[in-house]
Amino acid sequence: MQKQEAEIWQILEMVKDPEIPVLSIIDLGIVRSIKITKPSNNLTGSEVCVAVTPTYSACPAVDMINADIKNALLEAGYKNISIEQVLFPAWTTDWMSASGKEKLKKYGIAAPIGKSCNQTAIEELTVICPQCGSDKTKIISAFGSTACKALFQCNNCLEPFDYFKCH
Amino acid sequence: MTTNEIENPLIKYLLHLADNALIIGHRNSEWCGHGPALEQDIALTNIALDQVGQARNFYQYAASLISDLNGEIITEDSLAYLRDSWDFKNCLLAELPNGDWAQTILKQFIVSVYQYYLYQALAQHENEKLAGIAAKSLKELSYHLRWSSDWVLRLGDGTQESKKRMQDAIAILWSYTKEWTDYVDYELNILGESIIAIQKNCEEKITAVFEEAGLTIPQDIWMHKGGKIGKHTEHLGYILSEMQFLQRAYPNVEW
Ligand SMILES: [Zn+2]
Repeated sequence: MQKQEAEIWQILEMVKDPEIPVLSIIDLGIVRSIKITKPSNNLTGSEVCVAVTPTYSACPAVDMINADIKNALLEAGYKNISIEQVLFPAWTTDWMSASGKEKLKKYGIAAPIGKSCNQTAIEELTVICPQCGSDKTKIISAFGSTACKALFQCNNCLEPFDYFKCH
Repeated sequence: MTTNEIENPLIKYLLHLADNALIIGHRNSEWCGHGPALEQDIALTNIALDQVGQARNFYQYAASLISDLNGEIITEDSLAYLRDSWDFKNCLLAELPNGDWAQTILKQFIVSVYQYYLYQALAQHENEKLAGIAAKSLKELSYHLRWSSDWVLRLGDGTQESKKRMQDAIAILWSYTKEWTDYVDYELNILGESIIAIQKNCEEKITAVFEEAGLTIPQDIWMHKGGKIGKHTEHLGYILSEMQFLQRAYPNVEW
């Protein structure tokens, strides 16, 4: 049973955030628990419940992520899959994995800085440009192309870039 | 459908929170493609999206409670799209037309202040589900409150024209602000003693931002109310007729 649980964590590592496809849902920290609700020796007999929390109240990717989780587990041989939405405790960028933050940077998005609980005002943060590494950057808008991002510009390379906001 | 015969204070309260978020979210969405600058257009539509998302969480919770109560399946969609104006419990300020940029900003600022301190209190509520939605919403609200406060300062402490626009907006909208802390029975039932702190926090925040922006708060004026018990301005009917058109014309349509 524990083996199955560990295997499911690995399978879900392959499910990507549809909006930032370099991040897996495990990197994002939105998979809160995996439970084998009815154990069985073969996969088709097992019942699996995956608890997922949304990043934002209005995250448009939620339905797609849920469908992707189901599909990934179906493909792996599981038949009885349920997905539970949990809202409490609310998702925070603190749950994003270190490797996730690294992947974000490589993808051209500056990773969230600091802890969400003692959040510094976004205007006062020093955000490093993911393009050239300069710290001479400025905020253009706290609201960006999706709910999770803010828009910055680099004064060194002059390129605009996204910053994944603390949450 | 109607929810007016429901007496359960929690359901009424959830509908009140959901309706506030949905209606202000809808008003903000009207700015989509019309903002004064691309970044501000995106900011306001992001705020609209957050609000609609929060509304969904509250409606879903209310729908599950109503379904349990009535034994028939009620969904978030039936609550948003199939109730009439007398069934909506949002504050009147949320439904007022957007007006110019200054009125939109002032409206968003006032709404953000009340939602922020309200969710802050609700995040500690003994009802875990309600507390969970509030805690989630609060994170989003901190961005709304910062953005709208900055704009109140920018306009109030800006040019002669922007200051005049802001003061005009206050003259038009101020009489709709008291309703937020003029609590009705279902709110008192859920909020209890916490209303004292909420009210104090809201007043202090508004006073501080207005002072910094050099704006004057009107004193001793007559205040509107009624939205929380379903007595609305004519504007809500127009919003609903547009927002609900598809579900009413093509019941249960999905895409
Ligand atoms: Zn750069």
